[in-house]
Amino acid sequence: MTETGIGARVKRKEDFRFLTGQGTYTDDINRHGQAHACFLRSPHAHAKLGAINAAKAKAMPGVLAVFTHADLAADKVGGVPCGFGLTQKNGKPQIEPPHPALAAGKVRYAGDAVAMVVAETLAQARDAAEAIEVGYSELPAVVDTAGAPRAKSAVHDEAPNNVCFEWEIGDKAKTDEAFAKAANVSKLEFVNNRLIPNAMEPRAAVGEYDRATGNYTLYTTSQNPHVIRLLMGAFVLAIPEHRLRVVAPDVGGGFGSKIFHYAEEALVTWACRKVGRPVKWTAERSESFLTDAHGRDHVTKVELATDREGNFLGLRVHSIANLGAYLSTFAPMVPTWLYAPLFAGQYRTPAIHAEVIGVFTNTSPVDAYRGAGRPEATYVVERIVETAARDLKLDPAEIRRKNFIAPAQFPYTTPVVLQYDSGQYALAMDKACQLIDYKNFAKRKAEAEKRGRLRGIGFSAYIEACGVAPSAVAGAIGARAGLYEAGVIRFHPTGSVTVITGTHSHGQGHETTFAQLVSDRLGVPYDSIDVVHGDTDRIPFGMGTYGSRSIAVGGSALSKAMDKIVDKGKRIAAHLMEAAVQDIEFKNGAFRVAGTDKQKTIQEVAFAAYVPHNYPLNELEPGLEETAYYDPANFTYPAGTHIAEVEVDPQTGQVEVVDWAAVDDFGNVINPMIVEGQVHGGIAQGIGQALLEGCVYDDRSGQLVTGSYMDYCMPRADNLPSYRVDMTHTPCPHNPLGVKGCGEAGAIAAPAALMNAITNALGIKDLAMPATPERVWRAAQARGARAAE
Amino acid sequence: MYNFAYHRPGSLAEAERKLKAAADGRLLAGGQTLLPTLKQRLAKPSDLIDIGRLAELSFIKADGRSVQIGATTRHATVAASAEVRKAIPALAKLAGGIGDPQVRNMGTIGGSLANSDPAADYPAAVLALGATIHTTERAIAADDFFKGLFETALKPGEIIKSVSFPVPEKAGYMKFAQPASRFCMVGVFVCKAGSGVRVAVTGAGPCAFRQSAMEKALASNFSAAAIESVKVSPAGLNADIHCSAEYRAHLVGVMARRALTEANG
Repeated sequence: MTETGIGARVKRKEDFRFLTGQGTYTDDINRHGQAHACFLRSPHAHAKLGAINAAKAKAMPGVLAVFTHADLAADKVGGVPCGFGLTQKNGKPQIEPPHPALAAGKVRYAGDAVAMVVAETLAQARDAAEAIEVGYSELPAVVDTAGAPRAKSAVHDEAPNNVCFEWEIGDKAKTDEAFAKAANVSKLEFVNNRLIPNAMEPRAAVGEYDRATGNYTLYTTSQNPHVIRLLMGAFVLAIPEHRLRVVAPDVGGGFGSKIFHYAEEALVTWACRKVGRPVKWTAERSESFLTDAHGRDHVTKVELATDREGNFLGLRVHSIANLGAYLSTFAPMVPTWLYAPLFAGQYRTPAIHAEVIGVFTNTSPVDAYRGAGRPEATYVVERIVETAARDLKLDPAEIRRKNFIAPAQFPYTTPVVLQYDSGQYALAMDKACQLIDYKNFAKRKAEAEKRGRLRGIGFSAYIEACGVAPSAVAGAIGARAGLYEAGVIRFHPTGSVTVITGTHSHGQGHETTFAQLVSDRLGVPYDSIDVVHGDTDRIPFGMGTYGSRSIAVGGSALSKAMDKIVDKGKRIAAHLMEAAVQDIEFKNGAFRVAGTDKQKTIQEVAFAAYVPHNYPLNELEPGLEETAYYDPANFTYPAGTHIAEVEVDPQTGQVEVVDWAAVDDFGNVINPMIVEGQVHGGIAQGIGQALLEGCVYDDRSGQLVTGSYMDYCMPRADNLPSYRVDMTHTPCPHNPLGVKGCGEAGAIAAPAALMNAITNALGIKDLAMPATPERVWRAAQARGARAAE
Repeated sequence: MYNFAYHRPGSLAEAERKLKAAADGRLLAGGQTLLPTLKQRLAKPSDLIDIGRLAELSFIKADGRSVQIGATTRHATVAASAEVRKAIPALAKLAGGIGDPQVRNMGTIGGSLANSDPAADYPAAVLALGATIHTTERAIAADDFFKGLFETALKPGEIIKSVSFPVPEKAGYMKFAQPASRFCMVGVFVCKAGSGVRVAVTGAGPCAFRQSAMEKALASNFSAAAIESVKVSPAGLNADIHCSAEYRAHLVGVMARRALTEANG
């Protein structure tokens, strides 16, 4: 291992830029003559839209234009498309009502955009927005997830009972059979709480139109600029790709919320041509709360059938998933195909059946949020496994070990379609138990009790599926895009390298990781490598970054491109050294004639390729640049065990997370420091969900109650413990790097571990997330009352 | 933010004149409540009169019997003050626990009191220590100052100049922070002085209030044990998504006992 190669803990090269305030985020981009947009948003969750009178607003100082849906209709601007078409269990397609970019006829959630104002300054735009008169007649709001199908009001006429789809997976008859012969059935019903993403950088977009060329440019806070170009260009604005450039510059966190195509992106792009000026919009934090796609929000019933010894026989799950007011880009996929196929977890459960109902409500759209379906699945599996252990009075580590898929069983096909690639689940469990000193937990619990604290421990042996693939399978289940990745390795004449990737870095440190990968494989100094991402004009194509796919899919594309570079390099080197191609070996950045000390460095070869004075021009093209597209054969399956320890103050209900062991298997790891950082961040988000974060809409009015940091609780440093992080390394067998993906693991594993620990401390079966002080206090009170009886 | 006229008077007297002359003027001290309110366009004052840099309002003086703190003294200054830490350590601790470092470096004691946010820390100390609020027009006893939700005895145009705190024998403060905002969900300040025992609660009601049942129970025995059996009624207490009135009532007891343990520690 070199100091900057694969496996080295290289400090992130992008951090100098970020930490010194020199990043270029979308809001930092100011185009000549730029005007500012602001959106008038519905104050009501559900209302008929009457007349919109913008005459006064249009006459106000600095106002360039006020647009409503009528203007969009006149220009034939399309609605915001959904990128996934689910087939229901009755064979019919999901119900997919229109999603107008500005509300048409009705507003469907508090925050739904009604009008767009463009003015010389932002303050003028805001003043004008306040002067627009809108006639609303309020309708009853559909808010409650579980109650949506029975609500008296319909969010969309197309879905009179608010059901978008009813979907199932697995073998119902076989599962019923397993339950019929079970010695024990453990049951739980719970809510997977709704979350608001809260990336540090709010969404922003700048649209610019060049009248001379007819080209549009959109700068936007996106995790996948090519996907935005495709969706917006093809479906909303009818701009062909060669006339549309989408740039996602430095992006300050996404967590999924910046995957989706949002109306504001299309509107600034459309409006900039209408007003003849570049147009910028930057969300206020309150707008982010109201209009970024939210995450989770399931109501679930789960049952696990076991024999007397705790062997799993069957799993049955029923979930109602809130999709919000409109279908966001991947909304139907998240609570179905990214959720239920994970119900086997790390276990050999032979029969599984799951049903999911997706419902519309008068709330912000819901879509992928860090983990996207897999945290919800892990919560289902790991909470019910823990419950079964308690019901059967088995050690929670033991019941898991008893049911783990063994290393020899891979590749392993689950009853819910997936084929797991590789794993060593018991090894990770053993390491995690050692890290946290599981065998002495009882001592720690007794010691805590002397201090008046209730100590608890909780396990989560999670699995995730990363790098959604292959495209043909994704297409068969409903994805309206491919899920491959593109990469380019471009040598420059003097030997430095530009690496071009279709993935996008918005906090993940790709500029470092990909440079390490290329440095290691091609023997080029790390500092001579630059990574380009986030610009459709500079990158052949790309699907962006989400679902922990960048290294597994994007890294593999680069690996293929590097294979091509080495192949071409060998032919050039063979010519330069007058040897046969098959005698050329490539190692440590040099092409060598096998068995001799004759060699040419890759830089010399690159120079020869660009200055081809001595070059096999009749056989080879000049230049040293290779492009590769990679479409994976399968998902990758990272897995591991997290163990949480908590102490509860029964007098106040305060929970302190006192210890955390995380042992993850991401296959091969390029930069362990960056990977650990991803694990840390993921756990913090998972702790956030379990302990602190809960999106609350008012049941009756549909108003967002947790619309600011005054009421929506984000995790802070003092809510978090120091983590004990370790790994096992079981390479992925089907991609060239043996890598699996690490971005979501913490957020997937953590909520179940923490809730298992809290319920263990309190000696109760279940507690709703987030485990707020009052909820915990009430549970502790009830426990105390029981103890006193 | 809507447009407003900004003034930075050079003296308190000038500030008074500007405030009285403005159609709808507001004083700006640390701005920790006012500025976020303006940014959200929830207020539209005609004039802001910035008194945050008036030297005559920023001071801490202690004479052994009392501590006087100027109205625009920042929370961080109070928290770090050797005089305050020596005379009333519980007050320094309270100031050091308000908000976060940014808030403490900007927020002022006068601003906090004039705002009378139901979840602010300072009102508990002012009430429990029996402080006096000195304004441009009069001296107001703490017991007469807090009138309700964001409502005080201050009259239009009246400006807080300073607060004087009698030095107690013993005092302690404990708060349970609302998890999201970290404002007080419940804060209890307990004080034992020559004049008697006072217990003040913040975060739990429309404004800070005294807990007389506890004061009675503590009069002869200033200890956590003495209030074990005092029942706190949830009637009239705040209720929100973070905390029901019943849970708040319970926390008043827990925080009071912990404040007492600290005061006696």
